[in-house]
Amino acid sequence: MLEHVVNGLVLGGTYALVAMGLTIQYGIARIMNLSFGDTIIAACFATYVLFSAFSISPLLALLILVPAGYGFSLVIYKVIMKPLVARAPDEGALEVDSILVTFGLLFVLQGVLLTLFGGGYNSYSFLNTPVNLLGTVVAGNRLLALVLSLLIGAVLVLTLYRTRWGMVLRAVALAPQSAPLFGIDTDRAARTAFAIGGAMAATGGVVVSMFQTFTATAGVVFTMKALIVVILGGKGSVPGAIVAGLLLGLVETFVAAYIDPGLTLAAVYTVFLLLLLVRPNGIFGKA
Amino acid sequence: MTYSFAEAVGTARRLMTCATAAAVLATAGAPQLWAQDAAPVTIGYAISKSGPNAGGADMTVTPNYELWVEEVNAAGGLRMPDGSQRPIEVIAYDDRSSAEEVVRAVERLATQDEVDFILPPWGTGFNLAVAPLMAKFGYPHLAGAAVTDKASDFVKRWDSSFWFMGGSVDYVAAFTEILVAEREADRINDKIAMISVGDGFGIDLVKAARPSFEAAGFDISYDKTFPPETSDFSTMLSEASNSEADTFVAFSYPPHTFALTKQAKVASYSPPVFYLGVGAGFPVYPGIAGGSVEGVMSLGGIDPDNALNAAYRAKHEEVVGRAPDYWGSVLIYASLQMLAQTIERVGLDKEAVAQELSTGTFSTVLGEETRLENNQLRAINWVGQWQNGQFVAVSAEGGPGTKPVSLPKPAWE
Repeated sequence: MLEHVVNGLVLGGTYALVAMGLTIQYGIARIMNLSFGDTIIAACFATYVLFSAFSISPLLALLILVPAGYGFSLVIYKVIMKPLVARAPDEGALEVDSILVTFGLLFVLQGVLLTLFGGGYNSYSFLNTPVNLLGTVVAGNRLLALVLSLLIGAVLVLTLYRTRWGMVLRAVALAPQSAPLFGIDTDRAARTAFAIGGAMAATGGVVVSMFQTFTATAGVVFTMKALIVVILGGKGSVPGAIVAGLLLGLVETFVAAYIDPGLTLAAVYTVFLLLLLVRPNGIFGKA
Repeated sequence: MTYSFAEAVGTARRLMTCATAAAVLATAGAPQLWAQDAAPVTIGYAISKSGPNAGGADMTVTPNYELWVEEVNAAGGLRMPDGSQRPIEVIAYDDRSSAEEVVRAVERLATQDEVDFILPPWGTGFNLAVAPLMAKFGYPHLAGAAVTDKASDFVKRWDSSFWFMGGSVDYVAAFTEILVAEREADRINDKIAMISVGDGFGIDLVKAARPSFEAAGFDISYDKTFPPETSDFSTMLSEASNSEADTFVAFSYPPHTFALTKQAKVASYSPPVFYLGVGAGFPVYPGIAGGSVEGVMSLGGIDPDNALNAAYRAKHEEVVGRAPDYWGSVLIYASLQMLAQTIERVGLDKEAVAQELSTGTFSTVLGEETRLENNQLRAINWVGQWQNGQFVAVSAEGGPGTKPVSLPKPAWE
């Protein structure tokens, strides 16, 4: 029983880590980033190259790739998203436009990765060491994903709810039209939020690459999973993403242990459906 | 648009081992110049360069197509019955891992591009999808990366189809034979823990495995199927471990195979027999697993003492930049060698080529006298095991081309 709780939380940690960036991008910058998973895959490949060609530990790679993810997303926002934001008459239009544009971006990123690395499977071993957690042996790299997601989640929540800067971001998330009336630079806030999301995607990519096999075209799998977590948790809610991510991990593990491993996906979507029926805006979503 | 992009990607991957995107653009458009003026033989194929099948195709099929074309063209081209030589010109499409797309692309190759020969796509399902079309347009279908027990039926339905990778029953029967011998030697108990991916390969293999294991008197104490998206196996491994089976079998795809290995290491789960699916025969497997994989078993395997195979592996590594896998690659390559030799004997007439493939004897990387039985290649290594850093073909006692299996598997390092 405890074994399954631990395994479920460790698996859920990965889901939460991957979903947090998307929820911030969607919640604050109001951009539904369909190329999010491909940003994660790009980070996976970057880690792989740094590790295999330059012998840079993936932990050190975090120091390089997280700022790189921030910078990359900042540039993407300035070059591609800014014109959309500027011309969108309302939030709905921006969401539709951003879905279309990031859908295209998905294929650009995928094409570049395919050209550079080919379509093959990539994987390596790092930190695949047994760690005893409450009597259950878990992989060090997966535990790292859980610890990082909780740590980053805590930092984000503290920043968003305890600092002036966080308040600015929340104000933009809540009322993008009214925020400028209080002297808030909404464009800057959205830009920063989008870039933070990119940095989180990079973090997820670095950690995930340690234990999961990835291909140049696997990004959509991550986007899908992250989307479920984001919608389940309530869009824009960091605590929601963490709770929903851990919940999915627990559901998958318990179903695999007590019912049938073949039903894990069905169980995830059942939980998804049931929760949306009860709380259409997600666990932490506001009506 | 998609097509030209896919071709550019293909060309780029042929021409470079490591180059920047800019260099790719520069080289991708450059026409290949031939020393001779002979009209080229056009060979077309649709293969998964993107989508979920790209990983498998990129390991087993595409590199061998590229290697073979490069080798043939470097030697002056395909030899015709009259002794002249004609270079190969390739038309390649990306089927984007979609069954509709592969059918459309093959139809296009046959009707619009009117290529001389069509090479098959990757995967059992995709080969079955294009088989009726290939037969309709009269193209010999050298189904390489396709595992099917129905090959004998298919060759009746499509008499110009050829099957090079055997069927699930063959692989499972050879493995069961080893298990029975091990049990008789009292090295393993009669329990088997088995998991399988709920998709083509896994379903096919597990269907063959259940009756085969049970008929041999084994008790399948844990038998579960998991969805292809699964990435975490810790629960399944601990249940398998609790079942006290000495034999663990997973009919898995590469991402699962890699994850299973890593997680079995973490959990120190090392049963006497540890048998995994696709991916365990990839040359990158020991590196991915992070150290020794001694004793791990899977499908395929090579005879390390076979000089022809060793030469092929060296050439593959030189041209493609990485080693071929230890299972399907060599079979695909052999099928291409057979095609070239057939053309040398009978020319480009499709019907004559099919006839000669069916009845002829060929000198391939598999041996000096390779021939098909009922349009099927049977000289296949069914079970392989990692021994001293190589994935070698094994059988219970060893024999011509196979080493004796070495069990129990030593503990993970």
